[in-house]
Amino acid sequence: MIYLDHNATTPIDRRVFEAMVPFLHERWGNPSSPYRFGYQARAAVEQARKRIADCIGCQSDELLFCSSGTESDNLALRGVARVLRSKGNHIVTSAIEHHAVLHTCRALEDEGLQVTYVPVNSDGVVDVESLARSLRHNTVLVSVMHVNNETGVIQPVDEIAAITKKRGIVLHTDAVQSAGKLPRRLTELGADLVTLAAHKLYGPKGAAALYVRAGTPLVSITTGGAQEHGLRAGTENVAGIVGFAEAVVLAFEGVESEAGRLRALRDCLEREVMYAVRGTRINGAQASRVSNTSSLSFQDVDGESIVLGLDVQGICISTGSACSTGEPEPSHVLRAMGLSSRDAQGTIRVSLGHATRQKDIDRTVWALLATVARLRQISSVRGAAE
Amino acid sequence: MEDESDNSNRKHEPLSGPMLFYNEVVIDHFMNPRNVNELPEAETDGFGLVGDPSCGDQMKLWIAVCDERIARIAFKSFGCPGAIATSSMLTTLAEGKSVEDARRITDDDVIEALGGIPEKKRHCSLLGVRALQAAIEDWEKRRTRT
Repeated sequence: MIYLDHNATTPIDRRVFEAMVPFLHERWGNPSSPYRFGYQARAAVEQARKRIADCIGCQSDELLFCSSGTESDNLALRGVARVLRSKGNHIVTSAIEHHAVLHTCRALEDEGLQVTYVPVNSDGVVDVESLARSLRHNTVLVSVMHVNNETGVIQPVDEIAAITKKRGIVLHTDAVQSAGKLPRRLTELGADLVTLAAHKLYGPKGAAALYVRAGTPLVSITTGGAQEHGLRAGTENVAGIVGFAEAVVLAFEGVESEAGRLRALRDCLEREVMYAVRGTRINGAQASRVSNTSSLSFQDVDGESIVLGLDVQGICISTGSACSTGEPEPSHVLRAMGLSSRDAQGTIRVSLGHATRQKDIDRTVWALLATVARLRQISSVRGAAE
Repeated sequence: MEDESDNSNRKHEPLSGPMLFYNEVVIDHFMNPRNVNELPEAETDGFGLVGDPSCGDQMKLWIAVCDERIARIAFKSFGCPGAIATSSMLTTLAEGKSVEDARRITDDDVIEALGGIPEKKRHCSLLGVRALQAAIEDWEKRRTRT
């Protein structure tokens, strides 16, 4: 199998796995228990917190653990909206956010909040001027992702932070797709809240974090125990958190060389596909992108058919679009970038990772060319296939 | 990366069984669709063009009728694997049938012949059936004209 869907999830690194094992079957205590066996688990959680805090450049007590990037996003958005409700009820986000943010914003709209969805340009970059204009006296929160999951396009979070800071507005960024892919400390982005997830950087599923800059207003959205400073009730996923920390340390250690290696492979893939297949578009090509992601639109064919065509040959990629997941609409990200519904439907996402080698790229390029050519022969839509 | 053993070299389950979204018959009709072609106008007795606005899929279907039987049938399709496979199966069901029998083919017939398709892909199978009915209507119109 050639796995080229690392933006969906990544395999657990062997060193991460080994760090986790003791906490699954020997040191399985509850970190809140009042005896040494519990304290050992507590110590492991706190050590993990310190290791991640050092990597992203914050204090340990500014980092809280939860179960998923989605939960972290929910806590950031709902937690700030709730605590600042008396101050204002307007939230600003972008049109290309992950559903974890987008659907949470829609739910908050149902609860009476007002949300502005800022557009992006044709390369998928959030329009900062438009964002600045959308801010009101009652805006309490801005949430813009650091890197888009479909296109890999890096968003101008620094510029946005400069604006929100001046206005005293809380800024959240979902950095799930950038952590471990960019050589910079995430807290330097200037956001007050940052979402991270372990399984996107060779850690386990079920472990994630929210960085909360000291002094940022936030209330819990779950009720229960007093874990995580009372901001996230529930027994900590000790093994997951230990693995998360190991994964973050490993990711930031090798980030620059790995990013360079993946960029060369990704650029090779794009160059060869562009050369060999007419009617191909690289989405976000003119923007800064993380080096592992490629979003490709092929005229006159359906993305899900490309995905299955490659799956049959043992290659895992994903669509940028929809019919596959049962969603009626093609990708909201690509549509926001101005792609027609049909072009969005013909889009695939290839995302590289640690295991990717040149031979995998060569095989994938060959399989893509053959599959797209075959589907165009079947296609009833005329255009590039002519 | 020093860990060469990652995921690429390990043995994986073969691509079959209930893990797969589509069954093997559907995959076969997707990979090797039958009757993919366009009939030239001179040989066409009926033509149907339909689209599925819910997902952007589109299908064109041609029939040649001889003695009230579908002598030849051809299709082209822009769409997901479900649309391609069901269209392909539909053409094999309709080929050689009398026009009246072909008209009675339902999406359930196509799905049954394929051994089932995922629930959320059922709507794709309507595309071929509707295209065939449009082509038969076109054939009737052309016939009354001459």
